[in-house]
Amino acid sequence: MTTRSDAEAVVPTATGAPGGPGAVRVRAASFAHRPRRGAPVPAVDGLSFEVDAGEVVALVGPSGCGKTTLLELICGLTAPDAGTVAADPAVLMPQRDQLLPWLTALDNAALAPRLAGASRHAARAVAAPLFERFGLRGFEGARPDELSGGMRQRVAFLRTLLAGKPVLCLDEPFAALDALTREELRTWLAGALAQEPRTVLLVTHDVEEAAVLADRILVLSARPARVVAEVAVTTPRPRGVTDPDVIAARAAVLEALR
Amino acid sequence: MLAALLVLAFLGAWQLYTEVGGPGELILPSPLQIADSLVEDRGLLWDDFLVTGTEVGLGVLCALVVGFGAAVALHRNALLRRATYPLLVGSQAVPIVVLAPLLVFWLGFGLGPKLAIITVICFFPVAVTTLDALDRTDPEQRKLLRTLGASPRQVFWWGEAPAALPAALSGARIAVAIAVIGAVLAEDSGSNAGLGHLLKQSNGQLETARAWAAVVVLAAFAVTLFYALVRAERRLLPWAARPGGSPR
Repeated sequence: MTTRSDAEAVVPTATGAPGGPGAVRVRAASFAHRPRRGAPVPAVDGLSFEVDAGEVVALVGPSGCGKTTLLELICGLTAPDAGTVAADPAVLMPQRDQLLPWLTALDNAALAPRLAGASRHAARAVAAPLFERFGLRGFEGARPDELSGGMRQRVAFLRTLLAGKPVLCLDEPFAALDALTREELRTWLAGALAQEPRTVLLVTHDVEEAAVLADRILVLSARPARVVAEVAVTTPRPRGVTDPDVIAARAAVLEALR
Repeated sequence: MLAALLVLAFLGAWQLYTEVGGPGELILPSPLQIADSLVEDRGLLWDDFLVTGTEVGLGVLCALVVGFGAAVALHRNALLRRATYPLLVGSQAVPIVVLAPLLVFWLGFGLGPKLAIITVICFFPVAVTTLDALDRTDPEQRKLLRTLGASPRQVFWWGEAPAALPAALSGARIAVAIAVIGAVLAEDSGSNAGLGHLLKQSNGQLETARAWAAVVVLAAFAVTLFYALVRAERRLLPWAARPGGSPR
């Protein structure tokens, strides 16, 4: 079986970064999309920032500013045109949940261990306790189309977690949900991260979400993306939307976006 | 239910037509005469059905495998696709009557040439529907599998192949009807058994009612096979079952 070696072979630039497992260092990274016709569209241009191991960093910016591209660079799905992206092994949770409709919820969550060569039984045994702990008990055998949007998102997050990588890149994980479910999942995610600490890069256009979840918020400019402001939130999680620190962070980010 | 009523009305009109005039029983026997033949010649029909049924069943299976394989090969290799896709389309324009004697010459009078003919005409709908489905697989899904550590081979087996399977089965459903015609034509050009052979023989002996009885058996078989595939799809690929989408 050639599973991991193949995947890493296409990721020449994503090498281990200094500072313990889970660090990410982006240095003057540039990337342009090259459509079949027309000029290249720069998505990221000379972008630099660092994320320490265990930090939760939110990336906020106008839509279409290259945030998704940035996550793909960090996960090694694309290589930068220039500059370096040095990240410890990172896994992407794509914008839409992308649960495979032909697998049950449990098998979807257990996908990464299966791909790494674990037997179906062993992979399920790894995923099942997480279903218990994170409020999905009883939904193990459900097909994705039988799950609500919030449930699907939870399964997708567990799948990301079970990839066993120190860095999680979450691309607008709650964008498709209604406000109430989003609020609920925010709390759920904060709880899950408290139990399973990882380095998290959270792309979102929801400033409140960023302020509630992140240790640090990077505000990006319109395409091509540059960091225009950095806002730290020091109150420990879980935070409420009315915590003074959260309100202050929100205001600062909105100001920077203007 | 509605289909049964429709068939009944059709048979009634047919019966009436043959009784008040019509072209005569040598050209168009009445439904009752055909029914008589179905009962009387049931032994003969059954034996020949077993031959043709085997040909069609195995032929559709071959077409499914070959069609899926061809679609995967064309999907993976753009050069191969540009080189051979027009040829594949062209192959569908070659009338079987031309091809059949050649295949009989190569493969003899047995099952071989029949399977070859059915596969040649039936793999095409399977290949086209499967290729379309493969082309339409979500690039985001590929990204997801890759970020979870899938090798290119695993991206295919875990993502693309299951996504294309419902389309391949739709193609097979289209193929079933033409497979029956293919079997008849194949038997026509060189065979000593099967419903196609019986059809030819009965026409020669002016046993028109028996020929029509063979046609009834063929049609019934095609319908059965079609719905068997619908059942199989629902059973094997429950995620692909669109509510109210596929025929019951």
